[in-house]
Parts: sequence; C-alpha cells; structure tokens
Amino acid sequence: MMKRYWLAIAALIIVSPLGLLADGTAWGEWGGDDLSETLGYIPQGMKNVQDVWAGIFPDYSIGFLGESSLGQSIGYIIAAIIGSAMVYGLSLLLMKIIAAKKNSTLSCSNK
Amino acid sequence: MHIPDGYLSPSTCLALGAVMIPIWYRASAKLKKDLDVKQVPLLSMGAVFCFLIMMFNVPIPNGTTAHAIGATLVAIIFGPWAAVIAMSVALAIQALVFADGGILAFGANAFNMAFIAPFVGYYVYKSISKNAVPGSTRQLAAGAIAGYIAINCAAFVASIEFGIQPLFFTAADGTPLYCPYGLDVAIPAMMVAHLTVAGFIEGIVTAAALKFMAVQPVTMLQSQINKKEGVV
Repeated sequence: MMKRYWLAIAALIIVSPLGLLADGTAWGEWGGDDLSETLGYIPQGMKNVQDVWAGIFPDYSIGFLGESSLGQSIGYIIAAIIGSAMVYGLSLLLMKIIAAKKNSTLSCSNK
Repeated sequence: MHIPDGYLSPSTCLALGAVMIPIWYRASAKLKKDLDVKQVPLLSMGAVFCFLIMMFNVPIPNGTTAHAIGATLVAIIFGPWAAVIAMSVALAIQALVFADGGILAFGANAFNMAFIAPFVGYYVYKSISKNAVPGSTRQLAAGAIAGYIAINCAAFVASIEFGIQPLFFTAADGTPLYCPYGLDVAIPAMMVAHLTVAGFIEGIVTAAALKFMAVQPVTMLQSQINKKEGVV
C-alpha cells in the first residue's frame, strides 16, 4: 500500500515543473522590488525586515542551474526532492518526540 | 497564501504566533494520545503531499497565481489535529529552506493554513459525508466541497490579516508601514483567486486523492476474501 503512495509522491515530484508555468506571483507575496515598481516605494516596516531570512533555495530555485527553463525545471524538481525529504524527516522526528513522551508517561503510570 | 515577512506588523505576527502555541500544544497532546505508531510514516507522507501540492502554482485571471494546499485531505484522513502538525511541518520547511512564507509570519501562515483550513475542511466534510463509504460519490463530493470551502476560509482570514495592516500601522507621513493594501483591495484579490481557481483545484485534488486512497483497501479486502475462499 505504501509503495503505491510513494509512487504517487514520485509522480508529483516529476511533474512539479508544471507549477512553474503560471506567470506572476501570488497576491501579497511580491518582493520589495516588485512592490516598489507598482507603489513607487517600499513600505518602511517591510524594508526593515526584508533581509531577516532569505532561505537556502529561495523560490524553489537552485541557483547554479541558471535561468533557462530547463535549468529552472530541473532546479524545481531538485527543490521538490530536497523539500520532500526534509518535510518527511522533520515529520518523523517530531512524531518520534511526541511518541517518546507517550512512552515516558506510560512508564510513569506503570510504576 | 504564504505571507512573506514585512507584510504583517510584528504585533500581528506575535499575536497569531501566540494563538498558535496552545493549538500546537493541543495537537501534540492529541497525537500523543491517539496516534498509532504505524500511522506515522503515512501521516508524514501526508505532510510531503501538502508540501508538494503547494508547488503547483496555477494562474489567476487577475495576473497573480495561487495553489492548492492539501490541508483538507490530511484532515479527513488523519483528523484535524494531526493535520495541524503535518501542515505546520510543511510550512516550516517552506519558510526555512525556500523562503516561501516569512519566518516572522510563520505563526500567521500556520494559523491560516495549518489551523483554519484543516478544521474547516474536517467539519464541512464530516457534516456532508456522514458515514459515506470510502470512494463513494457522496464521500468524494463531501471532500471536494470541504476542500473548496476550507481553502477559501483560509484565504479570507489571510486577506483580513493583510487588509488590516494599513488601518493600524502607518508611518508618521501616513504611508503604510507593512502591507499597503487595505481590506477593500486585499479581500477581493484573495477571494477572486481562491473562489474562482484555487478552491476548485483544492476540491478536485481532495476528491481525487480520496478516490486514489479508497481503491487500495477495497482491493486488499478483495484479495483477502479470495484467499479465504481459496483456503475453504
């Protein structure tokens, strides 16, 4: 059963570059440059936190693969693989911590 | 729907982060009590599914983009509290690694997509599906409608968070400090994107995944029956 689901996940990763076809940015997710183009300025409070965190692979792009559509697509797939592995790992880790708490409370109540 | 840093005031971020703390606490307590260890890999796959489905940006007629979030599906299968954790994990990786959604705004994004969406989705689904058979038309329709309503509720809440910024937070000269668009712009923009396109995608994705997942137990059952008959 799990194999079937893993195949579905793999299929999603492979076709993920379809997500690049949509031009533009989601509403309210513009970067400072885009915003100053439409507004003529960058809101002051926004300017202050702009550089708080830039991420490791911003916008799901792997820098060295370049800006060509092939490079972007491959980068997107790599980002999907890296992200999936990290989400899976973090989720397992969190659940393990939660389950460990379960065992410790069980052993306490057994005493 | 991933609010970047700088669009919400620090106080808004702090308030929504503070709201999320008891929700995360309750979710982990719920999981501790109810979660079967055997479900952990599948639930983690649910988190991966949410992460991936959010990468599929779709164009919106007004020139922006949007995407499904998968929260309703995970809430239907594992319950809303498990979905809180799964969605939060996906959002955390998106913010930390891919700068999709702000670090300071993590609490706000989690509130919208890891709390509002799964809970609305779960209860709408429950109220429509009743005890529908997995894979039945009724169940799939309930999942689709729940997904549509849930993502729109999350988008609406996000648009409120955006839209109140210029009301409360302006510089001395009157220019907005954070999100420059008020409720009159933010609500229509977010709702057009999600009512017309993203909501339908979320509904279809939810129903398709329910259909996909419903097939397997049935065939498993069938093979077990066949085996039994073979033995007899």
